[in-house]
Amino acid sequence: MKRRLLLLLPLLGFLVLGGFLYQGLAMNPFDRDSALMARDFPAFELTTLEDPERVVDESLLTGEVTLVNVWGEWCPTCKQEMPQLLDLADRGVRLVGVDYKDTREKGREFLAEFGNPFEVNVFDPEGSLGFDLGVYGAPETFLVDADGIIRYHHTGYIKPEDVRDTILPEVEKWRE
Amino acid sequence: MARVIRGLLAALLLLPLFAQAGGIEVRQFDDPVTEQRYQDLTASLRCPKCENQAIGDSDSPIAGDMRDRVYVQLQDGRSDKEILDFMVSRFGDYVLYNPRLEGRTLLLWGLPAALVLLGALVVVLMVRARRRSSARALSAEERDRLDALINRERTE
Amino acid sequence: MQTLMIPEIGHFALIIALLMALVQGIMPLAGAATRRPLWMAYGRPMATGQFLFLAIAYACLTASYMLDDFSVANVANNSNSLLPWYYKASAVWGNHEGSVLLWSLILGAWTFAVSRFSRELPRDMLARVLGVMGLVSVGFLAFVLITSNPFERLLPNVPQDGADLNPLLQDFGLIVHPPMLYMGYVGFSVVFAFAIAALLGGRLDAAWTRWARPWTNIAWAFLTVGIALGSWWAYYELGWGGWWFWDPVENASLLPWLAGTALIHSLAVTEKRGSFKSWTVLLAISTFSLSLMGTFLVRSGVLTSVHAFANDPSRGLFILVLLGITVGLSLLLFALRAPRVSHQVAFSWLSRDALLLINNILLVIMTVTVLLGTVYPLLLDAMDLGKISVGPPYFNALFVPLTVVLCLFMGLGPLARWKRTGGRDLLKRSWLAGLLALIIGALAPLLYRGEWNLQVSLGVLISLWVVLPMVRDLWVKTRHSSGRLAGAKRLSLAYWGMILGHLGVAVTIIGVTVVSNYAIDRNVRMGVGDSVELAGYTFTMTELGSRRGPNFLADFAEIEVRRGDSQRTFAMTPEKRLYLARGMPMTDVALRPGLFRDLYVAMGEDLEDGSWAMRLQYKPFVRWLWLGGLLMAAGGILAVADRRYRRTVTARDPEQGVAAEPREATA
Repeated sequence: MKRRLLLLLPLLGFLVLGGFLYQGLAMNPFDRDSALMARDFPAFELTTLEDPERVVDESLLTGEVTLVNVWGEWCPTCKQEMPQLLDLADRGVRLVGVDYKDTREKGREFLAEFGNPFEVNVFDPEGSLGFDLGVYGAPETFLVDADGIIRYHHTGYIKPEDVRDTILPEVEKWRE
Repeated sequence: MARVIRGLLAALLLLPLFAQAGGIEVRQFDDPVTEQRYQDLTASLRCPKCENQAIGDSDSPIAGDMRDRVYVQLQDGRSDKEILDFMVSRFGDYVLYNPRLEGRTLLLWGLPAALVLLGALVVVLMVRARRRSSARALSAEERDRLDALINRERTE
Repeated sequence: MQTLMIPEIGHFALIIALLMALVQGIMPLAGAATRRPLWMAYGRPMATGQFLFLAIAYACLTASYMLDDFSVANVANNSNSLLPWYYKASAVWGNHEGSVLLWSLILGAWTFAVSRFSRELPRDMLARVLGVMGLVSVGFLAFVLITSNPFERLLPNVPQDGADLNPLLQDFGLIVHPPMLYMGYVGFSVVFAFAIAALLGGRLDAAWTRWARPWTNIAWAFLTVGIALGSWWAYYELGWGGWWFWDPVENASLLPWLAGTALIHSLAVTEKRGSFKSWTVLLAISTFSLSLMGTFLVRSGVLTSVHAFANDPSRGLFILVLLGITVGLSLLLFALRAPRVSHQVAFSWLSRDALLLINNILLVIMTVTVLLGTVYPLLLDAMDLGKISVGPPYFNALFVPLTVVLCLFMGLGPLARWKRTGGRDLLKRSWLAGLLALIIGALAPLLYRGEWNLQVSLGVLISLWVVLPMVRDLWVKTRHSSGRLAGAKRLSLAYWGMILGHLGVAVTIIGVTVVSNYAIDRNVRMGVGDSVELAGYTFTMTELGSRRGPNFLADFAEIEVRRGDSQRTFAMTPEKRLYLARGMPMTDVALRPGLFRDLYVAMGEDLEDGSWAMRLQYKPFVRWLWLGGLLMAAGGILAVADRRYRRTVTARDPEQGVAAEPREATA
């Protein structure tokens, strides 16, 4: 009897592994949480895209729940998600852009062409703020609460249904 | 483009899913020890953007940024651990090719060690049992039967 | 060029092959269960027919590629009219659909071979083996036809030209590596089928192992060559000189190799000594299961790229179901039918039996470790414990010490006798080898580099410890009154195979050790006229230019290399290419191979002041890695050629069965 159980072990092991593999089918290895979740928005000191003289820092993001969107003119997906960001701005969400690894002219052209939902755009030509945010591609979006703490993170394209299903509820949740 | 290439490679799935060689930069090091540390660090950090590639081998922009940071921090005299912590605080444990020993990786590091102990135990028990066992190898009769089976001519 | 009905003929042939596989999977098994010779007899003709129609289907797809029939989606996505003919032919398996078709074709070929060369098998055994292989084939052909049909047409919008084969794949490596690897993967289905047949027939004596051994060796040899070729391909094609990355794709091929290595050793024990019976059956099932799992892991993309898979979730699910049925049922059968009582055969500590037991346990631990590291990120993710990575540092930290321990026992293996070996005798035959290995190992790094290095010492030590006792053994065994050659001829080919195989392991270990410790890798800025010295070689850039290839533009550098103060120089010409069809840049490295070192030059970035970032590498003993692999494979093949397996049917009278054995007849 003991031996019979022993002979069943390989089957059990395989079934467990198979279960995990089945779960693995539905998982996206690129959908990773930000390492900055529940931590302070990183410190920075950069000029704005609009005004090369104006220097802003992380205090820009305190006082109100803010959606920080990292974008660049070179990023095609950023263009596609602009309508969703404009929609969010229309619904009264405060948006701050980070123009990541871009030139000032191109960044401005981009906003002129696709609309500007952002209250202000932090100009990050070297990608230093992006690096501190753990951004490895654009677009990425962070939700920062009134105390300047990162509460939600979205990698990649924001689909129209994401606005309704996840982003707006998150904004509401942290406004309270 | 990179995604298309990886998709194709993924379809083939024989070569590791790498984009091709990248990350050839000229860097000056004060001493060979630092140079070696740079190579070890860039080999043990995973590029967060790529399929499965160390930052030292990737030509993606973020890997280049990470190499720059590693280089600068080495020049600043930071320790390997400080540099790895710096990366983890931004990109998460995902970028460590050498996972840290902690609660959730206990099985990863512990199981092989446990298996070695178990294996040693099995060997000891089996050999001890068999040394005493009075059983024998195939008897002459069994051996002949085996030979007959093997050599049996096709009977169709 | 749109051609008549070639793809439709291929598609049709594939359907017929599936039907034949169904018959082959059902009739002989049912016949063996109900003892109906007529039903059992379906196996052989069906195997032949199935292989024939698979060959037709495969030929049709190849013809579509050769004729540039871009109305076939598979051709349009993976070929181009400008592609040279040999890449067109190999582009067939340079994509998902075609490679699964190749997988099925190779399975058909193995089945056909078994049906041809197993004439001495008892009828019911052959029926069961062919039946099991037929069922596996049914699964894969259904997979091809339902989810991955390579014959799908793009009608009516036929593209003008194809999207071209990925430039990374336009290489000799693509031509040879996948077929070899698949021959290995699929070849393990034979020993799997034998093991299942033995379980089904309830005949778990040593007989099935003797029939299965040659097939297992051949499959293992192919897999070994396939892995070595893959490593070599990555080394020169990917452009930075790495030869093993512990990538899931590589691990997927290493897993069945490790299990298969354990299997060929445990088959030996079961055949010769009649012990480890259940264990050998389990290993046979596991080895093929790991081949299937490798296919699942990489094809479904659960471990690597979600995008390849997200487009078509049915594929991943289909393979998982296939895997679940095949492996699950086999292991269930194993749990139900494996012998209840283990047949205990006596052996002592110092015996070949005990050493092979240790070999098996270590190889299984290595297999589990690699599997664990490969799927661990997935396990954590599935349990919502975050995303981590497991990479080379982990695998090296565990795999290297296990290999060292394995080799320590491996040195004694060939010396030990079955059942028991006298301790004094064993010591007599191994002390000199051990001492020499220790001394040479300790001195090797000093002599080679003038500086002591623990890893190199250890690597040399264990390699010599594997080789030297065999050399002594050979020396003793080839003693013969009419000279050593006569003595060498007297030894069995199986023995020579073992010697070669173990020698291959030692050679690979030397290669790994030396190249890991002494490789030099330097990125430098070079302009025309600049010289750089590396490992005693002077690299001088003599020219920078650009040229136009058939389907690419290239910047190239001409590097003149001189060794020491030697008068002779040779040129190396690395290129940076831009492939036009896909706008894809590629680094074409310049390699100067040698038995004791490779020189490796790759072009990096244009630094825009007339100089380039160049990567220069010195790779000592890197060829030994693959040379060792070839030796191992040669050993595996040589053992198959042994007389025991070639034995033609003798004049024994089958009708009288066991009783007709000569020894008994004379008694």
